[in-house]
Amino acid sequence: MNRLLLLPLALFIALVVLLLVSLRHDPHEVPSPLVNKPAPAFQLPQLQDPTKTFSAQEMRGKVWLLNVWATWCVACREEHPLLVAYAKTGAVPIYGLDYKDDRTAALQLLSEEGNPYVLNVSDTDGRVAIDYGVYGAPETYLIDRNGVIQFKQIGPINEDVWQDKILPLARRLNQ
Amino acid sequence: MIPEIGQFALILALMLAVTQATLPMIGAARGRQQLIAIAKPAAQAQFIFVTIAFCCLAYSFISNDFSVLNVATNSNSRLPLHYRLAATWGSHEGSLLLWTFMLTIWMVAVTLFSNHLPEEMIARVLGVMAVVSTGFLLFMLLTSNPFQRLIPAAPDGRDLNPLLQDPAMVAHPPMLYMGYVGFSVAFAFAVSALISGRLDATWARWSRPWTTVAWMFLTCGIALGSFWAYYVLGWGGWWFWDPVENASFMPWLVGTALIHSLAVTEKRGGFKSWTVLLAIAAFSLSLLGTFLVRSGVLTSVHAFANDPKRGVFILGFLTLVIGGSLALYAWRARQVGLGSKFEVLSRESLLLTNNVLLVVAAGSVLLGTLYPLFIDALNLGKLSVGPPYFNTVFVPLMAPAMFLIGVGPIARWKQARLPELAVRLRWAFGLSLLTGVLLPFVIGGWKWRVSLGLLLAFWIVATVAQNIWNRVRISSGESTFVSRLKAPTRSYYGMQLAHIGVAVFITGVTVVTSYQTEKDVKMNIGDTVNVGGYDFRLNNLAQVPGPNYQAVRADIEVTKDGAAVASMHPEKRAFTAAQSVTSETAIDRSVFRDLYLSLGDEVGGGAWTVRVYHKPLVNWIWGGALLMAIGGGFAVTDRRYALAARKRTAEATAEKPEKLSTATASATSSAAK
Repeated sequence: MNRLLLLPLALFIALVVLLLVSLRHDPHEVPSPLVNKPAPAFQLPQLQDPTKTFSAQEMRGKVWLLNVWATWCVACREEHPLLVAYAKTGAVPIYGLDYKDDRTAALQLLSEEGNPYVLNVSDTDGRVAIDYGVYGAPETYLIDRNGVIQFKQIGPINEDVWQDKILPLARRLNQ
Repeated sequence: MIPEIGQFALILALMLAVTQATLPMIGAARGRQQLIAIAKPAAQAQFIFVTIAFCCLAYSFISNDFSVLNVATNSNSRLPLHYRLAATWGSHEGSLLLWTFMLTIWMVAVTLFSNHLPEEMIARVLGVMAVVSTGFLLFMLLTSNPFQRLIPAAPDGRDLNPLLQDPAMVAHPPMLYMGYVGFSVAFAFAVSALISGRLDATWARWSRPWTTVAWMFLTCGIALGSFWAYYVLGWGGWWFWDPVENASFMPWLVGTALIHSLAVTEKRGGFKSWTVLLAIAAFSLSLLGTFLVRSGVLTSVHAFANDPKRGVFILGFLTLVIGGSLALYAWRARQVGLGSKFEVLSRESLLLTNNVLLVVAAGSVLLGTLYPLFIDALNLGKLSVGPPYFNTVFVPLMAPAMFLIGVGPIARWKQARLPELAVRLRWAFGLSLLTGVLLPFVIGGWKWRVSLGLLLAFWIVATVAQNIWNRVRISSGESTFVSRLKAPTRSYYGMQLAHIGVAVFITGVTVVTSYQTEKDVKMNIGDTVNVGGYDFRLNNLAQVPGPNYQAVRADIEVTKDGAAVASMHPEKRAFTAAQSVTSETAIDRSVFRDLYLSLGDEVGGGAWTVRVYHKPLVNWIWGGALLMAIGGGFAVTDRRYALAARKRTAEATAEKPEKLSTATASATSSAAK
């Protein structure tokens, strides 16, 4: 009987320990199941010249960023000037996956707002984006020399993510 | 100047709270009358200073004082007056101040309505409540100062979150907090009883009306929140099992169990230890809810700006208050006797079963809410527990509880006989079984869930009717039918009404989840869509300016079989200062169905996506909750509480517990005789 009365207290203490641990974790971080897995292969027509194609295989041996974007995506426009600035530093080549987009609108945006991309591919029906587990644009993947995804950013890249996560990781992978 | 007065008032309130939490407690322990006498004036003074602080903050919001950080981040000069007032509690800091304000209101209520209680008991109760308010005042002053200045002042504010700019949002938090915080009274009574070692039925009788009032507020608060979510979020849902919703639902479930358990403790002297534990649990869950919302360990639609320091503070405070009271419980509760005996089948055993079901339900909600945290803490990954879990667990637990609602009030105390119960309930059972099975065919197709839901709803209504009928038919002495109908107490009718509320609620939930229709369509001007037998025609789209937003308003005409039904105007609003877009739904309400329209996005060529719902009986959900709350209202306005108030003053200490309760005990033991 007496031991039974201690049960609520014991349960509560267990709960406090759990909550204490939880306070150290950030609930906003969602890990991608694709991190540390090979980037899904694709072969898609290029945005500038649809007669040519581009495949992820061609990037073997290089560390590169794959940025999923679209002209209809408001957050991408927010991210765009940052990408343009980062591209100028030449730290890591940025490739674009133009996601479910209108080709003319995309080309117009790039000519007006600047083009941070080495090259863009058109994923008109969004098949490749499904392979990559895209929740919504923009999303960015850092892929290493062996074609393995090392980092994934859901939502726009900002200065913090660039400086604290992407740049250090890219430098290490390039060594 | 005004914000500084507010801040100073908060500091004074903290001093008073510390005094109130210590001196009267020492006085009660040592029998020092002078110290005991401090409790009441300290509580009242604390109320006055917290009120001053609250008014100062409200004034800063109303007068657009953007030199106050809280105002600058949560208000805007173009925000209408009533929303500026609501913005006072729209932020993290403001809602804490509201919480504390409510707590002091309850304290003052205790000082005003407890004159019939022994002085030392009141001193302890107020002392325990002051421990809680000390924690919250400290929390505010140390980590979340609502009066923090912003220098230089902002030219204009960032605006209140557009989703919160809504009439229901003005009332939802105060209601909810009144309920949350109200459980602190029952908690304080239980802890005081544990400290004094006087765990008899008396404390149960004292805390009963307080618990019921708190429960009423909580019921209304949750219902308002759900009502708000229904028409503001634009998904047509009314409950999302969101962590913050769960945080308010758990105290409600345990509070409901507490109300029933208190009845047994008061009338039969049973379940004493269990009732104390429930009283502690109900308030602990309110505090835990506050922690979950304020600390940022969970993500939710209610997300406020979060700060880990705050989390650590609340967790420490939580450990002190809840851990302390549970330790006290483990130490003292063993002295409690078992109370009067009862048989396996009796009203006691049925109430106990119901209690256990409610507590297990609350436990499963807690588990579902914390499970993601648990998995994350063990580094097993991130996951979220969604409605499927809650629905799967909740329905099987609640169905037997609903069934017992019908049996409990009819069964005898101490010992009931199965054959007698069966005979008495045979008509109610037959009738509800028949309607449960057949009615779904009439409404639109048989489904077992609908059958079960309707069966339970009709079962409750039929047993309530049976119960009242037995009472009216048998209770002798009164000659006319009307005077016999008046004979039972208000709390008896309150109980029946609250149970009918449950039935109405179940009916609403069952019908709307099974028979609602929904269509997502692309509409151009002139297009028509048919949903649930109604034709919706998009007549026009217009740009409409609002006070702090710009809106696109659709004009949709609704007809049924050619006859005009309504003209509905869903809007898409772009808020200038907050830089966000909200969808303002249009709802045509009636008792038997809602037509619900939500404007999506422009998809090109002048066409818009429109979401159209036909929701039968959806309003019964909130109607049921309202009936439950009104039932609670009947119970607390029962004559015996008025009598108790009249009997206050000198005879307080000499009061015989039995005298007051005998009248009602015989009345509520229903038609058993």
